[in-house]
Amino acid sequence: MYAVRAWSVRHARGLNAFYRGFERCLVRLHGVFCAIGYERSERPVAAVEKAVKGLLFDCRMCGQCVLSSTGMSCPMNCPKSLRNGPCGGVRADGNCEVKPQMRCVWVEAYRGSERIPGGLESMSKVQFAVDQRSQGRSSWLRVAREKGEEKGGGTPKGAP
Amino acid sequence: MRFEDEPVPGYPLPILPGHTSPGRFERVLRAGGFAITTELAPPDSADPEDVYRRARVFDGYVDAINATDGSGANCHMSSLAVCALLTRVGYAPIMQISCRDKNRIAIQGDILGGAAMGVCNILCLTGDGVQAGDHPQAKPVFDLDCVSLLDIARTLRDDHHFQSGRKISFAPRVFLGAAENPSGPPYAWRPQRLAKKVAAGAQFIQTQYCYDLPLLRDFMNHVEGLGLLDKVFILAGVGPLRSAKTAEWMRKNVPGMHVPDAVIARLGGAQDQAREGRNICIELIQSMREIRGVSGVHIMAYRQEESVAEIVDKSGILQGRSPWYPERDAATQSQRKAQ
Repeated sequence: MYAVRAWSVRHARGLNAFYRGFERCLVRLHGVFCAIGYERSERPVAAVEKAVKGLLFDCRMCGQCVLSSTGMSCPMNCPKSLRNGPCGGVRADGNCEVKPQMRCVWVEAYRGSERIPGGLESMSKVQFAVDQRSQGRSSWLRVAREKGEEKGGGTPKGAP
Repeated sequence: MRFEDEPVPGYPLPILPGHTSPGRFERVLRAGGFAITTELAPPDSADPEDVYRRARVFDGYVDAINATDGSGANCHMSSLAVCALLTRVGYAPIMQISCRDKNRIAIQGDILGGAAMGVCNILCLTGDGVQAGDHPQAKPVFDLDCVSLLDIARTLRDDHHFQSGRKISFAPRVFLGAAENPSGPPYAWRPQRLAKKVAAGAQFIQTQYCYDLPLLRDFMNHVEGLGLLDKVFILAGVGPLRSAKTAEWMRKNVPGMHVPDAVIARLGGAQDQAREGRNICIELIQSMREIRGVSGVHIMAYRQEESVAEIVDKSGILQGRSPWYPERDAATQSQRKAQ
């Protein structure tokens, strides 16, 4: 929903702080996910993630969430799915070239990033090409797994 | 400037130390020349002569020619094909690649294919949305964006592998570029975006039309502040406006185009509006030359390509040098043969 999406950008700072805490919990749950099996957790977790993030950010479930680097404005809502900043076509009023009635996702991202401490720096990091296979999969599980394994919290069932 | 080892068409130039391509365009920039590039509108035809005819009007006035890739989301001859035709006779094309129509498999194939056919310069673009063109019913691809495209092109060149990690046996030797629009929101972040493109691999930048000099100066100051001037060559975009009415229309309909009211008023007040448009363009070029960090201009004269020669000539930016064109060295070459 567009109004909620705009609200999320206005509250980027709080949402980002909340996510930092939430991410720590996710990483702590790495062991649990390993026990259940990451593949088996995928469907229910992705469903919850889709419901929550869909409401807050109009999330498109790209599976490689970068909201913290984009001021809580989901870049996949950009009609060109740009993940590295605005295109050259942004209208003078800050609206989208393709959808003139919508604010440019990246104009919003800039605003949101200004509110997050260090947000502008992380927005300046190059985002590499998105892996289209992750479409529809849970970013939360991905983070839990990657960071959990980094911490040496064991490898999930069935992993080589 | 003239290079001793100027190419015989079809023969690659040696790559100079510190250069990434064997191309003439990179040489002009690295030698400190004020480079001039322009845009060739690819024909709606399958006749190669249509391409050559369009290129010939620039002979002796430009260092490189951009071959647009479905600009404005309109269908034309592909940029790869235009470039292949141009390199056959020795021109230095800049192959534009837009992310709108092709996925990473097709794009990486085009980079290899283009380089194999002598393309030395590649401009990585996002591309206009399909709604702007003659096929609004088409599927927009956007598998990559211009920054991830730059990263992939640089990986091909420097690390000799595809994005998948699979090795290639001979890397494309190309000079990589990107576009930037100093006059699009969010203004404050535009220099940062340029920095991102440089970080991803951009070695030169061609900007969108800049009719607002104070805005461009401000942008360049910020770019300098970010320490980018010794990492990237920036070519400012200009073009002649045909009339006040066209300027109004372009401002409204061309994505990302900003024309200040003062420019439109000046055009409207002139007797010969097309002439005034060219004068404005010439003055802009002369002022841009004075801006620190501007290494050249990119002249976009859509449907007025024949005016590029006059604009370059009158602005005096060539300072007596004669950029290469097919017949330029005919006399010296026949002398060499005679010896």
